[in-house]
Amino acid sequence: MATSVMDHGTAASMSLGARIWSWITTTDHKRIGILYGVTAFAFFLIGGLEALLIRLQLASSGNTVISAEAYNELFTMHGTTMVFMAVMPLSAAFFNFVVPLQIGARDVAFPRLNAFSYWVFLLGGLFMNASFLFGAAPNAGWFGYANLTNTQYSPGMNVDFWVLGLQILGVASIAAGVNFIVTIVNMRAPGMRFMRMPVFTWMTFVTQFIVVTAFPVITVALVFLMFDRMFGTTFYSVAAGGDVLLWQHLFWLFGHPEVYILILPAMGIISEVVPTFSRKPLFGYAIVVYSGLLIGILGWGVWAHHMFSVGLGPVADSVFAATTMMIAIPTGVKIFNWIATMWGGRIRFTTPMLFAIGFIAMFIIGGLSGVMHSSPPADLQQTDTYFVVAHFHYVLFGGAMLGIFAGIYYWWPKVTGRLLSEPIGKLHFWLTIIGANLTFFPMHFIGLLGMPRRIYTYDAALGLDTMNLLATIGAFITGISALVFVFNVLWSRTRGTPVEQNPWGAATLEWSISSPPPVYNFSVIPDVRSRLPLWSEKGMSEVPVTPPEPVHVPGGSFWPLVAAIGIVVAATGAILKTVLVAVAGAAVLVLALYAWAFEPFEV
Amino acid sequence: MSAVAHPTSTGLDNRKVAMWTFIGSECLLFGSLISTYLVYQGRSVTGPTPQEILDIPLTSISTFVLLMSSLAMVLALAAVTRGDRLWSRVWIFATAALGAVFLGFQAYEFTHFVHEGLTIKTSLFGSTFFVLTGTHGAHVAVGVLLLLTLLVRSFQGKLGSDKAMVVEITGLYWHFVDVVWIVIFTVVYLLS
Amino acid sequence: MGNFPAAPSLGGAECLTEYVSRATSPLVKDRRISHSNGARGAIAALLLIAAAIGLSACSGEYPQSSLHPTADFSRDIDALYRTIFWWALGVFVVVESALLFVILRYRDRPGAGEPRHIHGSTALEVAWTLAPAVVLVFIAVPTIRTIFRTDGTAPPGALVVEVVGRQWWWEFKYPEYGITTANEMHVPQGRPVALTMTSADVIHSFWVPKLGGKRDVIPNRTTRISFTADSIAEVYGQCAEFCGDSHANMRFRVVVDAPSDFDRWVEGQLAAPSPLDSLSDAAQAGAQVYMTKGCLACHVIEGRSAGVAGPNLTHLASRGTVASGILPNDIDGLSRWLRDPPAEKPGSLMPKVPLTEDEIAALVAYLQSLD
Repeated sequence: MATSVMDHGTAASMSLGARIWSWITTTDHKRIGILYGVTAFAFFLIGGLEALLIRLQLASSGNTVISAEAYNELFTMHGTTMVFMAVMPLSAAFFNFVVPLQIGARDVAFPRLNAFSYWVFLLGGLFMNASFLFGAAPNAGWFGYANLTNTQYSPGMNVDFWVLGLQILGVASIAAGVNFIVTIVNMRAPGMRFMRMPVFTWMTFVTQFIVVTAFPVITVALVFLMFDRMFGTTFYSVAAGGDVLLWQHLFWLFGHPEVYILILPAMGIISEVVPTFSRKPLFGYAIVVYSGLLIGILGWGVWAHHMFSVGLGPVADSVFAATTMMIAIPTGVKIFNWIATMWGGRIRFTTPMLFAIGFIAMFIIGGLSGVMHSSPPADLQQTDTYFVVAHFHYVLFGGAMLGIFAGIYYWWPKVTGRLLSEPIGKLHFWLTIIGANLTFFPMHFIGLLGMPRRIYTYDAALGLDTMNLLATIGAFITGISALVFVFNVLWSRTRGTPVEQNPWGAATLEWSISSPPPVYNFSVIPDVRSRLPLWSEKGMSEVPVTPPEPVHVPGGSFWPLVAAIGIVVAATGAILKTVLVAVAGAAVLVLALYAWAFEPFEV
Repeated sequence: MSAVAHPTSTGLDNRKVAMWTFIGSECLLFGSLISTYLVYQGRSVTGPTPQEILDIPLTSISTFVLLMSSLAMVLALAAVTRGDRLWSRVWIFATAALGAVFLGFQAYEFTHFVHEGLTIKTSLFGSTFFVLTGTHGAHVAVGVLLLLTLLVRSFQGKLGSDKAMVVEITGLYWHFVDVVWIVIFTVVYLLS
Repeated sequence: MGNFPAAPSLGGAECLTEYVSRATSPLVKDRRISHSNGARGAIAALLLIAAAIGLSACSGEYPQSSLHPTADFSRDIDALYRTIFWWALGVFVVVESALLFVILRYRDRPGAGEPRHIHGSTALEVAWTLAPAVVLVFIAVPTIRTIFRTDGTAPPGALVVEVVGRQWWWEFKYPEYGITTANEMHVPQGRPVALTMTSADVIHSFWVPKLGGKRDVIPNRTTRISFTADSIAEVYGQCAEFCGDSHANMRFRVVVDAPSDFDRWVEGQLAAPSPLDSLSDAAQAGAQVYMTKGCLACHVIEGRSAGVAGPNLTHLASRGTVASGILPNDIDGLSRWLRDPPAEKPGSLMPKVPLTEDEIAALVAYLQSLD
């Protein structure tokens, strides 16, 4: 199904069916990026809705808006959704759209594998959320501690959906991880040396290394759990002498690197946005890169700080406290370098820059509460309370999500050829900042004053009604801010200011081509001679507007989608405990893989 | 599987870098499985114990078979590279067959254990043993399937020396699975 | 679910959070001086909110607060937390001020020249790598000291209490006295207490913030906490590890008694239940209900029933609450609980037993006689 340029980019003249088909079979990294972005944002809204219901229930003590059972499903799905179906794939949207452009490539190394990752992610997310239709959404918390997840204590399908859904999403992540590592290693334009790569590409690179090494660990933990539930193995069985802490070690061995999977891409985005709007190169480029690498490596040595309350003994606690504190150093270094980048610059307060500054300001707070958690005795009071909820929302909402919004506003004109509205964007920003701080700042106190996390009701005697109400009001302001953003997107579809190649005056390769980029990205692969090609004289070779010779781009394929369907059908068979369906799904997968391997496809 | 080789930044084939990355990922998978086996060693509350049931001589033979398959794989790649159709078929078949024999040993071993009263449900040893060796066996099975596919392609006349990279990558996977078995054999059988 | 005896206030306890507001107020003033645009107004508003919350955290009664310690364990943690808090606040002020300064000072102004392209500075990089490292040393040293001080090792002569976490209530056993009780732990003021904890089902976490940090309660394992309570008080505790449907309802109280009161409590717990024929008619009828409606299968009342699943009821009437701290131990609370346990505590293993209102009233009378 090799196609040439002419088959693409003529969407206007295509019938609706043909247009939908072209999206279903697309292997264009830019379109896949858009698919990732739209899908992940939809999941983000669902996760946000879950958060609002949670906050509604907690608005006052002894509230009865939501039952205990429903509440437990909501917080489990909120966490699972935001981590695996919102923040990770929103980052993936940027990896897809931006990385090949930043390194001067025509596509990723394996375009069909890329499509496969997306479809598996989409179907895995739908699979997980389909649990709501069965009234059996996962309900054991996003880190699903054994042995609560065993059949004895969780007899329903809830945990089955979770254990299978996460494995499916893991397949998507590992496939994408391999793909992007190969892309960045092998697909760089001539002259795009490693130490010339934009920091966003660098952070993507580090993130994908973490993905391919961390996800196998949780896969093993999940397989054990699945076998315990479905085949009666004894991995987490107390009666058979199993150790329930095995789950915690495996989960957090994955789980802490996962935190960096969530935050490093956002740090990469900030490292692009801040220099652009300060009109200065990133301060300490090499240090920012190395600190990202160091965070990725140190992230493997800190998992037990999630388990201080387990009582691992004073020596282990001290060691993990020390490694955890060490990780604060490269993190701090990044913040100092961003501030130094702005120092002496000409800072334009565009919406992406506001979000980037908001990221830095809020990440500092989340980082400092993180240091508090790194001290095991202090953590014994703080962990599993609203203090830790405040902490990780400052780093994941105030950090990762603000970074992602910065990236959306920054690259939106590249993706669509139009700017998002700046006034609406600023309203979005301020509502987000006010809403998020109003939600999450009181949670520090709520936690220190004794409210555990994951409780659907609390006693009026705790004296925490007022602060909880404040947090709830903040959450709804944050919810409104998301609607403002959606409005901005819709408004800008037709009314956004059209842009040329480089509306922000940025320095990196993606801004050297038209907005939106042509299907082949670069009419000729440029020669890169600088880390900041658009800010240096002769930083790169000319990229003519029209290709001097015909460019062959990969055609479409629907086998990735079929393969993804096979996986989800197999998982459905497992949920329904119907061997036939599971086998059928596996057969579809194998057949699709063969069809995929042997179809003519030009790369 | 595209035949067109593009120049890459490193000069290495994309698929080869992908396989190495995947193997890195697989190391963590097997690492987690083996660690769990070690953590649970000697903690089962019911028998049979590894000492009672594991048959080291028999498994030594199957291990030898798998090692020989790696040798056959090397010879297969050499044959494909020099465009030798006959010997590439012979050695690819030999690799797959030796892999299948290994799987046969494993199937026999599993059945035997079940008869002896050790199932996946019996104890921590049963669960960790079957899941660890079963995961490895599944990897071998995938490898056999890949090799048989190559064999079919060869008979279709579509496995010339221009496809040596495909065979090399399959070989990488095969050798990796082999090496993993050496570790499992050492940890589970020899050190028990 | 009001009507609880309020925990004694710790008036005058110094409150960390007051300092937050003090520390942030100059910043707030600054904002007012430099003429406001939307950004500064919003930041000032946020700081004011933060200060207001901080202040409100100081007043009022917080029976489950980690900021108002009443035992050596919690005081050690509190002292450490204050050290860390000051360092964190210092870093916060320095870094956020630097950020604010930079974005205000270097905002794009008409006629500003093109910025110089500085790519970095080794001296600065070294400086801001070392600076956090030094701060962290000042946090790490007291941290490690506190880890070893609070590692759960109890001094000899400590009162041992065995804690068993269950979905969704707490069992407390005093091997020294042969007492088994539930959801209300009594400890004497001034005597070290050693908790040895395990779980009968899933992982729970034992947390009484005023007495100390939490420690998970894990099946197949024994975990330990040790503390010496220094103030006579009734403090709140709660399970802190998600453990299923009614995790939120797995609450308990710790009553720190004066030593003489504790001895009296022990005596009371060891006393045999009053003979049935000494009870009121209603209570005797209740005892009949207890024996015929299945209560006896799960609950222990010394000398009368030897159930295996539920809380020991021998001296139920001596406790302040029922249903693991979610209902007051009075006629109303007991009746509500008996009417429909899963409605009060979702997922409760105690089922809804079909009882008439008369039977409930009788049972309540009986339970109230178990003092």
